[in-house]
This record gives sequence, C-alpha cells and structure tokens, in this order.
Amino acid sequence: MTDQTKASPVLDVRGLQTVFHDTQGAWPAVDGIDLTLYPGEVLGLVGESGSGKSVAGFSVMGLIDPPGEITAGEVLFRGEDLRKKSEEELRRIRGIALAMIFQNPLSTLNPVLRIGEQMTEVLSEHGHDDPAAAASLAVESLRKVGIPAPEQRIHQYPHELSGGMRQRVAIAITLLGDPAVIIADEPTTALDVTIQGQIIAELQKLQVESGAGMIWITHDLGVVAELADRIAVMYAGNIVEMGPTDAVLDHPRHPYTLGLLASVPGDADPGAPLRQVPGNAPPLSQRPLGCPFNPRCSSATDICRREMPARETDAFGRSYLCHHPVSQKADP
Amino acid sequence: MTDSSLIAADQPATENAPENADAILEMRNLSRVFTRQPVLAETLLKLAGRTPDIPVLRAVRSVNLSVQRGEVLGLAGESGCGKSTLGRMMTGILPASEGTVAFEGGNVATLRGAALKDFTLGVQMVFQDPYSSLNPRQRVAAILAEPLKVHRPDLSRAEINARVDAALEEVGLDVSYRDRFPHQFSGGQRQRIGIARALIVEPQFLVCDEPIAALDVSIQAQVINLFLELRRKRNLTYLFISHDLSVVRHMADRVAIMYLGEIVELAPTAELFADPKHPYTRTLLEQIPSVRNRKRSFSAVKGELPSPLNPPSGCPFHPRCPAAMPQCSVDAPQLQQIAPGRTVSCHLYDKDKTST
Repeated sequence: MTDQTKASPVLDVRGLQTVFHDTQGAWPAVDGIDLTLYPGEVLGLVGESGSGKSVAGFSVMGLIDPPGEITAGEVLFRGEDLRKKSEEELRRIRGIALAMIFQNPLSTLNPVLRIGEQMTEVLSEHGHDDPAAAASLAVESLRKVGIPAPEQRIHQYPHELSGGMRQRVAIAITLLGDPAVIIADEPTTALDVTIQGQIIAELQKLQVESGAGMIWITHDLGVVAELADRIAVMYAGNIVEMGPTDAVLDHPRHPYTLGLLASVPGDADPGAPLRQVPGNAPPLSQRPLGCPFNPRCSSATDICRREMPARETDAFGRSYLCHHPVSQKADP
Repeated sequence: MTDSSLIAADQPATENAPENADAILEMRNLSRVFTRQPVLAETLLKLAGRTPDIPVLRAVRSVNLSVQRGEVLGLAGESGCGKSTLGRMMTGILPASEGTVAFEGGNVATLRGAALKDFTLGVQMVFQDPYSSLNPRQRVAAILAEPLKVHRPDLSRAEINARVDAALEEVGLDVSYRDRFPHQFSGGQRQRIGIARALIVEPQFLVCDEPIAALDVSIQAQVINLFLELRRKRNLTYLFISHDLSVVRHMADRVAIMYLGEIVELAPTAELFADPKHPYTRTLLEQIPSVRNRKRSFSAVKGELPSPLNPPSGCPFHPRCPAAMPQCSVDAPQLQQIAPGRTVSCHLYDKDKTST
C-alpha cells in the first residue's frame, strides 16, 4: 500500500451534486459528496439500493444523461477538473486513465461482436492502429484476468461465455488502458460466491500490481470489509460516515452504519432476532427534512428533524454526519 | 441415464429409522430431468424408429432427504445446483421424473381427495422475487383471498375478509393496505404479502426459495425476523433455500449442501459450520465474505460449475476439488453416514480412509 499521507490523491471529488429532473422538480440523488482516492488504495462505497452510490460512480465518470444532471461540485482527476472538460477530452480520458466496471457484463458487452473485435475497437479508439499488435494486446489482457485459452476466446461471442467469464472480459477491456482509477460498480453481485471469489482475487491482484486507485461500489459489507482500505457509507445521497475500514466497521459512529452491521447475521446467535433498522429508505422525492435518516433512527430528536447535521471529523480520520453519533468507549 | 439407476440401486439408507419417526416430508431417490421438445428432424427420426440424441439436463439426481416436523432445513448451493428444482418438487408444483415425495407418510403422487388437499394446503411456497410472484392487477385483498375462495368454499365472504386482515397483521402490514396494488409497496413489503398469501391456508410446511435474496440488507433483517417469529408462533417447518450461507447459518437447524443436482453434505448447522467435511462445503465457507475478515487476499477456487447437460464422470466436484484423487474421476461417491445425523458424499471418508 502506498503511504497515503505523502501521496497526493489521484481523484478528489468535492461537493458533487447530481439531480434527476421530473415534472415535479429536481431531486438530488447525490447530494454534495466529498471523496478522495489515493493511488493504490481501495475505497469501498457502501449503500443500499437508491442510496446514490452508483449515481456517484457514474457522476465521477461523467456518464450522467438527462433527466439526470450534475449540478454542482468538482471532480479533480490528477488535479484537473473533469467537469470543465469537453466531451471529446473526456472520451480520451475515459477508458484509458479512468475506467469503470459495471454490474451486468451482458449489458456492457456488445452481443453481436466477437470478444476480440470489442477489445481491438477500444484500442483503435485510443490510437492503436496496428491490428495484429492490438490483437496480441487483447489476448495478453484476457490472459491477465485468468481466462483460459484466450486465443480461442477472442473469436467467441459474449453469449458463449459464462457470467464469470463475461465479467472477466469486461475487466480485461477495462485494463487495456492501464487506468489510474477503476470504478467497480457491484462487479460481483450477479455472480456465485465461488466465482465472486475468483473475480475479486483477479481484480485485487491487478490493482496491487498496477497501483491504480479503486472505488468498489457494493451493498455487501462483507466484500468491502475484506477488500477496502477505507469505507464510505452512503444513505439518501449523502456519505453519512467515512473512514478507515477497521474504524468504520468495528466502531461505527453513525446509527445507520451500526444498523447495517447489525442486520448482517454474522455474529448474531443463530435463531435470535436480528437487530433491524425499521422502515424503508425514503424515495428520491420524499426525503425528510433535516437528517435524511431521522425517521428510521432510534436516537433521533427534534434537531434531527429540523437541521441537516454538519460533518464531524475525529482524530482517527473518520468523518460522519450525525447530531447524536454512537458513543464509542474504545476508539480504535 | 445408466448412472442414475446405479446410484438408485446402491443408495444406502442414509436416514436411519428413529430420525424418520416424525418426518413431515420425505424424498426417496428423487430425480428431475429436463429435455427440450424434439425438433422436426428428431421427430422424423423417432417416426423412423431411431432414437434421436436429445440432450437431457439432470437438474436433481437421486436425492434422499427427509424434513422433520418443526425444523428449519437449510438448502444451500450455487446457482444451477438444483436447489430450486428440488424445492418445487417438494411443494408438488413440479412433478418428479423419478422417485417419490411422501407427505406425512403418503406418496403425494397417489394422494386423492382430502389427503391431496391436506398436502396442497399443508405445503406452501414463498418465492424469491416479490415483484414477479404477485399479480400486478390484483389488489392485496384479492391476492390473499384467492387461495381461500378456491380451497375453502365453506367460508363466508365476511370470514374471508377477517382472515385477510388477520394475515396482513400477522406479517406486519397495516390492514388499510388491503386495497392497494403490489406496485405501491416496497420490496420488503411485497415479500410480506407473499408470506401472508402462503400462510393464509394455514400450512404446516413452508418452502422458502431465496426469500430474501432480492431485498436490501436492512430489509433482509426485517424479513428474517418475521420468519423466525412466525415459526415460533405457528410451529412451522421450513425448507429455507439460499445461496447465502450466513443467512442459512442463522435460520437453519440442519443444512444440506447441493452441488450439481446432488446433496453432497448434510449436517446439523453448528457442526457443519464448525467442521465442514466435504471439500465443496469447505470451499463455500471460505468464500463467504465476512465483516469480521479484513484486507484478505482472496484465493480463488479453480473452475466453474460444470454444465449439468454434460456432468463430469465420477464425483461431480472432482475437476474443482483441491483434494481430488485418481479414484474421484472414475467412481461416484455415495452418501455415507460419518457421525450421527451427518452424511457426506466424498471418497475422503470411505471406510478404509477414515483416519482423519
């Protein structure tokens, strides 16, 4: 791991806000988030469906289409604000220096192109003109992600591959450009645990070798616990808690983080009721006033229903958005 | 084809008699095959007296399993292992290709009249996807009343209404929701409606097919708690199908692990998790990500689930097994009892090698 205190962040997101428009107005799916990512680091971005974690990833990539709109904030990639770049300049950065891996590889791979064609297309887009050299780069990239017999695979279509193999191909395409930042949006959610283990192992190896920074977006706390250096927990468009993995998981300060951890059966006595977070996450258009978590929070008071809490940072590099943070007797 | 008859003939009696004393549902040599319709050329071949080579998918292969009254039996395995097919055969939604399912001692294929009704009402199912398993054009009250209208003609409209309201309350939904449509509910609430629909005919046995897989983490805990509470209140028996072993560990009294259509290990939950015997079970347990593990280097299991259209010879797990021996690619292991209540299907535990 790189020494994060010395290195400068490869990605620095400040006050990013992305709204979705409908006939009733504009609803913020991502409501002013700050994120930093250092080279060689894995940041786990955790949240439930509708929390805005995927929209955050897409916003960093500049992949928001109407009715969505990025309305505020800066996305500094190696110090340059991506929001100020033209679509043409963005295209050149995306896929080469800034790459994304999506949840469903079947919808990201072109069903009517052979694997090899899809890969060389990316390469020619980024200036590789020699087809033979591009083909051998493609084979090499497939080999790196653990695909057996890559020389034959490049002549196959996506439907001929299993789910795990398709995701490997998608990763191989991502790696053609040697990215400095990889945003992985639930890349293993659709896969079985043994295949998930394989894909995580491959990505982990590649990420360590290349020194890229990676944002791993997921709903699975177990996966980020095992992968991430730092964790950011999202709820209703906000990062409600962020910090080093051990601090966040062992001594959470935000009641939502605590509730999420208690919802996982892991340590509970078999057969005993789990501690549950009551209610549901609010839909985009019905976010409550004040702290967005207050209707589900057991320690909510009047101030939580009136005012959005300010971000607090503690001595352990952890920040949280809460008026009544969970008290911690033994801090990490 | 031939290997199934072999397995069937050599199958040892894996469940001993005392255990079966109070079995609510018992499966014997239960198999299910799927084939496709023959295409024209194949039909013509058939007419010409030849046997066309139509691929046969053996989804469930000679399963022997009994569910005890009042227990929660967990059934775990990866996608395509046949766990849902087995669950569907247990409810009678899907007929078996070979073998028998016995409900309270009676073979369900031969049940008629009142006994058949006892089975169809006594065994209910909760489905995985609360979006596709509820009719979008029916109001909640109509969805819940339908099983009663079909099976309980003796009930008056007022009695049916009262039962619908009671069912809603029991699963933690407000009675005022009875006139809403499924799309007006969240995923967790829909799954509650699915559970209420299963419970309204007062079953003894619920087959729950990945009932929380489609739900968010915080909602999963709510639904798990509901299942636990209902079990206690109604003395229900569950078959709890899940690929999520941490949920199975929390819910189940015994766990059966399936691989490629076969049960490879069956054990009391605590013993299975403390001391997994089958190499596949060990592999699965190692692969569950846990919030207790930090910054682990993932070590990958080799290979993928083989196609059930073309299963490997011998033990179905041998191509991926870290402990595979030459014998494993030749002989299919038999389920054998290795401790009271524990069975495993692996050559590592053959009688002459039980030194471990």
